[in-house]
Amino acid sequence: MNGPHDLGGQMGFGLVAPDSNEPYFHADWERRVLGLTLSCGAFGAWNIDESRHARENIPPASYLAASYYEIWTRALEVLLERHGFATSAEIASGTKQVEPAVPKRILKAETVAGVLSKGGPCDRPLETRPAFAAGDRVRTKNFNPETHTRLPRYARAKTGVVEAVQGAFVFPDDNAHGKGENPQWVYTVVFDAAEIWGEGADPTLTVSIDAWESYLERL
Amino acid sequence: MHDDHETDHHDHHGHAHGHFHDHDNRYTDMQARVRALETVLVEKGLIDPKAVDAIVETYETKIGPKNGARVVAKAWSDPVFADWLKADATAAIASLGYTGRQGEHMRAVFNTPGTHNLIVCTLCSCYPWAVLGLPPTWYKAPAYRSRAVIDPRGVLAEFGLALPQETKIRVWDSTAELRYLVIPERPDGTDGLDEQALAALVSRDAMIGTAIAGVPS
Repeated sequence: MNGPHDLGGQMGFGLVAPDSNEPYFHADWERRVLGLTLSCGAFGAWNIDESRHARENIPPASYLAASYYEIWTRALEVLLERHGFATSAEIASGTKQVEPAVPKRILKAETVAGVLSKGGPCDRPLETRPAFAAGDRVRTKNFNPETHTRLPRYARAKTGVVEAVQGAFVFPDDNAHGKGENPQWVYTVVFDAAEIWGEGADPTLTVSIDAWESYLERL
Repeated sequence: MHDDHETDHHDHHGHAHGHFHDHDNRYTDMQARVRALETVLVEKGLIDPKAVDAIVETYETKIGPKNGARVVAKAWSDPVFADWLKADATAAIASLGYTGRQGEHMRAVFNTPGTHNLIVCTLCSCYPWAVLGLPPTWYKAPAYRSRAVIDPRGVLAEFGLALPQETKIRVWDSTAELRYLVIPERPDGTDGLDEQALAALVSRDAMIGTAIAGVPS
């Protein structure tokens, strides 16, 4: 979707404001939201793509005004409601009113270390051969789906060169919407800045994205 | 780098970053909102609060840029490891014990005298947690995410880094599940240093690409 999250090339956000002594969290609730988000992810009711899509569905004015962990909070509330774990009234009151859906797993303290060190690989075996090889010239798709995609707007309908075949991975555009993992080959595709930004682009700059095969067409 | 966190538990007033400033009321509201959320999830038997504690402790105290700095120092010291890192970064990094969440599919990108690498995630906040820990606020905020792909020299200048005009800049937008670690160039004057001393020269920002490695003091 062409949401507020798709920020590449937008202007007006000011300076980056790096701070080398910045703490990981600015308030205690941010700690809890990190832990709650990962714990609820262990329910097995949604995947990382659906979770990302819940964040980018926050209305633009709210998304851009929110701090990072506020975005996580709002998305988590949506996911918990959607999947029957808590109602909006329960979330607002902090009090149980109905029985929740049954999660596949409940994360316990003693299993946290194992779960985090295992992670959640999203590469998948794929029997088809990659359609593209390093060195191929490709053009990215021009589309504007209302659903989840990982092809940013700035890199649509652009000509680039495949630099590497990176393996086959779960396709987020489907997986975010419960349509299955439907893995595809993923390629690193490099663009000259002039192809993306046109007039005035930095001649020393190249930008790459990692693109699923269906984002690309051969030139 | 973040060993001062113990003193920061309830102090956000001293950290007025970007759009966080003047939002004290909002932070108070969020404290109440998140407390209510955790309370009801615990009452429903869905959440173990000690698991939440364990997750937070892991990312505040155990997993951070020291992991990545050790990877870089080893790559500088051991050409066989550096080749392995180029060919299969996930396996090479796992051999040092760094695996798991947001590090499942690693790629190491090496700076050279002519090319500087910079990592961003314009769409969200993808970041190699297993080697760098949680991302800094600026990495997740709109200013960096919007500008890194169109004006990287301007962004780098704000970090105090001015690259030679002829240096090529390669920006990697982390749009899929690959997670990138920049291997900065080894600084001059470090021939006699062991891996531990070398790792001390490698900052988090140098492994994102918003800095270069430090020089020995």
